[in-house]
Amino acid sequence: MTAAPVTAPAPRAFTVPRLIGHTWLLTGRRLHAVARQPAVIAGNLVQPAIWLFLFGSLFRRVVDIPGFGHGSYLGYLVPGVIAMNAMNASMWAGVAMIEEIDRGTLNRFLTSPVSRVALMTSGVADQAVTTGLQSVAILLFGLLGGAHYPGGIAGCAAVVAAGVLLGTVFGGLSNAMGMLLRQREAIIGFNVLFMLPLTFLSSAFMPTALMPRWIRVITACNPLDWAVRAGRSALTTSPDWASVAARGGGLLALAVVCVGISVATFRSYQKSV
Amino acid sequence: MTTDPCAVRAHDLGKTYAVRGVKGGVRALDGLDVTVGRGIVFGLLGPNGAGKSTTVKILTTLTRPDRGTAVIEGVDVRRRPDQVRRLIGVVAQRSGSDPRATARENLVLQARLHGMGRHSARARATELLARFDLAEVAGRLVSTLSGGTQRRLDVALGLVHRPAVLFLDEPTTGLDPEARAAMWAEIRRLAGDDGLTVVLTTHYLEEADRLAERLAIVDHGRVVAGGTPDELKGELRGDAVHLELPSGTVPAQVRAVLEDLPPIREVRVSGGGVSARADNGAAAVPAVLAALERAGTPAASVTVARPSLDDVFLRYTGRRYPPESDPDTPSGDGTPPGRETPPGADAAPGVQAVPQPGPSARKEAAR
Repeated sequence: MTAAPVTAPAPRAFTVPRLIGHTWLLTGRRLHAVARQPAVIAGNLVQPAIWLFLFGSLFRRVVDIPGFGHGSYLGYLVPGVIAMNAMNASMWAGVAMIEEIDRGTLNRFLTSPVSRVALMTSGVADQAVTTGLQSVAILLFGLLGGAHYPGGIAGCAAVVAAGVLLGTVFGGLSNAMGMLLRQREAIIGFNVLFMLPLTFLSSAFMPTALMPRWIRVITACNPLDWAVRAGRSALTTSPDWASVAARGGGLLALAVVCVGISVATFRSYQKSV
Repeated sequence: MTTDPCAVRAHDLGKTYAVRGVKGGVRALDGLDVTVGRGIVFGLLGPNGAGKSTTVKILTTLTRPDRGTAVIEGVDVRRRPDQVRRLIGVVAQRSGSDPRATARENLVLQARLHGMGRHSARARATELLARFDLAEVAGRLVSTLSGGTQRRLDVALGLVHRPAVLFLDEPTTGLDPEARAAMWAEIRRLAGDDGLTVVLTTHYLEEADRLAERLAIVDHGRVVAGGTPDELKGELRGDAVHLELPSGTVPAQVRAVLEDLPPIREVRVSGGGVSARADNGAAAVPAVLAALERAGTPAASVTVARPSLDDVFLRYTGRRYPPESDPDTPSGDGTPPGRETPPGADAAPGVQAVPQPGPSARKEAAR
């Protein structure tokens, strides 16, 4: 008997209940580990708090620039800091993936009947939960600092959702990079290179109306800006829900694509392992 | 489920890893055939880099062969990997347990991923914790457990779903002697379990000799010999006589002298010395020494030994078994193997050339 012809793979046991069940179990595993380190959770809130209050005070007067269009800079800043924090936190998901590879945990799962998709969705779902909680905390920091959210509960929910979706985009990308490159340095390099440009090439700190034209063009393509604008719009007195939905839909589509890419990396992993 | 009388059947497995800078890649497997009967401990023995781990990776659906077929309990690993994953338990070289969870949580999660309900998963975890002497540490984070304890947990994790075939890839590498002895006892106990087949890879001759009912000796990506340890040693017919030579002596000359002596067979140059066989080694020694004295090429030392797996390896590969390299070097994971060159069997005459594995060049193929 010679090499068997590579036939089409048997119908994948890709069933939705299994996907959901396994995502639930694997996300629980990760959140459990996070919950064991309350100090880390608190520590992760220090940075966004610094951004919020430091920039909020430092640039308090920029609202006086003609055409700024907002009364309080702190209030203006809140959706920006939420988006920035969501991106920053999720960009490191790939490092955890590399740790799982190095430890052999990923291989253990891959030799068990675990849903491949669930391995990746759980890698962004735990991030979504922590990002969501951090976003709520940043909203509360803003309140403490005197910001107002005329959009109310619905507006706040939209800000948090935009942050979670943005985090999923970068979490999916980071996981894909971890799987393909398997080097922490690569992820660190990527993050250092892109973190600040992506943050400042957005309306997180400055309205687009006051930007040079070329920055405005780049900003329009920046998913971080989509999250900032969707969130900021949702927090106004009379949100333009159509534009919020458009930007949110864009983020959702991108999140699905990025997680899809990370699932596809199993193929290349299997070749090189 | 199947009528295949064998637990594992692999035929003509071939696998080449693409490695940057190596034209044509690195060949990890080159037509490996192996058949494992049910209910035994089967050993895949070979030096690091021989292709054992790659074989296990293919059999456990982690990677796909470039050519060849493999079947576990009658199920094809390429076509039905999902079904195979339900039949096998895997204890890989690297732990695989979650260091940030407790021993019990690891077991419960593994059981649930295998489809057990919440209650039966907990019950199974408790059962395994007791059986593997882990009950006392059940609530501790895995990162705080000793190496030997973590290894027991790894084995327990592999058995959660009551697999038909358990793969143990270098189960005692990195363990201290005490933990190793305990693990050996555990593996023997596993073999007593009804119907469980254990496929063990090891580069320790002693481990293979003690544990495996049947062995396949793997070298350069293929099986060079197979059978029970006693069969393999029995085929050698006679004692091993090994001569160390003083520097300056040409081993080929010594070989020529020995080949003229009637009781001496299978003379070969190995390392800086010369090895041969004789039905009664001790009785042959005086004649050997006298003949060498006459020829003006006296030996530095002579050893006579009952045949060992080391000798079996020498016979089938033409070189001595590489000395046990540092067991605590499971690095290079996930990276393709460095090319392994055979330690020169006929090279460097006159030098006691114990083949020294270069630490990076001899990593097991893509652990």
